[in-house]
Amino acid sequence: MTTVLTLIDHPDGAVARTSRETLTLARQLAEQADQPLHAVALAPVADEVVKELGELGASVVHSIEHPSLDADAAAPAVAEVLRQLMEQLAPSAVLGPASDRGAAVLAHLAARTDLPLAANCTAITPVETGWELTRVRWGGVLYEDAHLDAPTALLTVAPHQVAAAPATMPATVERRVHAPVLDDDLHVTRIVDREELSSGVSLATAPVVFAGGRGMGNAEGFAILEELAGLLGGAVGCSRVATNAGWRSHNDQVGQTGTRVAPDLYVACGISGATQHWVGCMHAKRILAINTDPEAPMVTRADDAVVGDVHDFLPALVEEIRTRQG
Amino acid sequence: MRILVCVKRVPSPGAKITLTEDGSRIDTRHLGFTISPHEECAVEEAVQLAAAHGGSATVLTLGPASAEEQLRNAIAMGIDHGVLLPIDEDEWDPRAVASAITDAIHTLEAEDGAFDLLLFGNESADAGNFQVGVRVATALGRAIVDGVKGVEVVDGTVRVRRSVPDGFTVHALPVPAVLAVKEGLNLPRYPAMRGRLTAKKATIRQLPPTPRTGGLRTLRLRAPQQEQTPTRILGSGAQAAPAAADILEEVGLL
Ligand SMILES: Cc1cc2nc3c(=O)[nH]c(=O)nc-3n(C[C@H](O)[C@H](O)[C@H](O)COP(=O)(O)OP(=O)(O)OC[C@H]3O[C@@H](n4cnc5c(N)ncnc54)[C@H](O)[C@@H]3O)c2cc1C
Ligand SMILES: Nc1ncnc2c1ncn2[C@@H]1O[C@H](COP(=O)(O)O)[C@@H](O)[C@H]1O
Repeated sequence: MTTVLTLIDHPDGAVARTSRETLTLARQLAEQADQPLHAVALAPVADEVVKELGELGASVVHSIEHPSLDADAAAPAVAEVLRQLMEQLAPSAVLGPASDRGAAVLAHLAARTDLPLAANCTAITPVETGWELTRVRWGGVLYEDAHLDAPTALLTVAPHQVAAAPATMPATVERRVHAPVLDDDLHVTRIVDREELSSGVSLATAPVVFAGGRGMGNAEGFAILEELAGLLGGAVGCSRVATNAGWRSHNDQVGQTGTRVAPDLYVACGISGATQHWVGCMHAKRILAINTDPEAPMVTRADDAVVGDVHDFLPALVEEIRTRQG
Repeated sequence: MRILVCVKRVPSPGAKITLTEDGSRIDTRHLGFTISPHEECAVEEAVQLAAAHGGSATVLTLGPASAEEQLRNAIAMGIDHGVLLPIDEDEWDPRAVASAITDAIHTLEAEDGAFDLLLFGNESADAGNFQVGVRVATALGRAIVDGVKGVEVVDGTVRVRRSVPDGFTVHALPVPAVLAVKEGLNLPRYPAMRGRLTAKKATIRQLPPTPRTGGLRTLRLRAPQQEQTPTRILGSGAQAAPAAADILEEVGLL
């Protein structure tokens, strides 16, 4: 019987959230096709991870043991391992999370097997002539329904679109060790060094983001956003106009080609709310827009808005916060 | 140093994406066209590297005849040559695109020698397939790193920085190499008048690709349901500050 094979990430001894989401979609596919669900993980695989995989419905975990397949592993090497497993197991589908590593590994697997690959999927169903699937386009503002014609379905699963859920019947997991033989060439792009970003509140995980756009006027205009972020333990974000003007570093950019954020509160200051910016902040729990234009898309989509000049409102907000903080 | 950059013509939607009636594509009647910001950085990097190391840069696209506009924009930024792989549709499946680009590279390299660097965007703006660069690199047997935000070429080695959530990882590849780059790599220049004049007159090389099927076929596009709750207006200036501070309290920040 063939299988559904799923690549998972398990940093810090737990299955990553995007991998749990991927396993949930993979399990639905396996159930529809009446096939067992297998997981693939780089060694060492903690007992806790194996247990979690069982709860998510995996009956086999392939633990990949190779000296070069560590945290610095090159994507083609991991892809080659998946290719070898595909030869052995003839899976009907291979899935991975659309994480940085997952996206790269699946692309290399698709290239090495010359199979089609559907990136950032949210749903998939087998049909007579292959599969029908849904994927996100434009960084998340559009869905595409597509038909996949392939001997084996390869896909990555879009983050935070499938709700991770345990299986109704947890499986007993069999751990299989796989020690692949890999060509030296496969490791050429291995990590040779790392540079940590200076610590501080990171944009991606800050509880509140004060983001500025063209309406901030210039680089100096962002000082007040720094002050607000400092007062509340938040981070400063910006639109692409601010990055392109050289007012802010690209590390601060929110949006399709910047960072996706999901804070408790997103404060959009002088940002119009173009689709490519919106996809970066739409998962915020609450959005407050400050804009002179009441018709700006950011204002009409926000929960709350101040229709006025950022230069009038923001200093008053700083004062109000200082008063309340005592 | 010989460099090739691959770009894709995409519509440039504003605050809302409108679809055609049958839902098969974006309604582009009132839209301009552009390339992904990642690809703009790839173009800028190619211009800078060719200037720093000597050599030439070529821009290539597979798309409708109108995609010449994107090639000319790249030439206006300082790219030397433009190559169009003309197709009748708006886009092809990524596997078909990659194989057509690979063929074109074989043709171009047979004439003038190998490209030291092939530059791609990390993902196209519209389709976001995350794969064309990897497929081309694999077909040519060259190493590729994606998510690239820093490039340095020293003595035949390309040292790149790849952005990861907590910083950067560093990789060292032999030339010829392939890179899929991300916005933030550099600050793309605004084309100068002279560049735009050169671009207007430049000859675009046409290399019609052989049609092929890829395996992934769009059935329809859909905009996700968005519940629109009315926006609460707090005020128009300084006097809105207390109401905004109340929100900070409600979400537990104060
Ligand atoms: C493929 C692609 C990817 C992109 N990726 C991104 C991305 O990742 N992130 C991103 O941000 N953009 C991205 N963009 C660009 C995006 O389309 C917009 O151009 C950009 O977001 C606009 O930035 P902005 O809102 O600051 O500027 P504008 O659209 O010019 O808006 C400025 C706003 O400020 C208001 N304003 C002006 N003065 C004041 C004042 N004194 N007080 C209050 N309000 C004021 C105006 O009313 C207006 O609404 C991308 C574009 C493309 C084509
Ligand atoms: N039609 C095309 N013509 C030229 N280059 C392309 C085309 N489609 C994709 N690319 C390149 O491949 C990269 C990745 O695209 P994708 O795999 O579609 O996400 C893009 O950023 C471009 O550099």
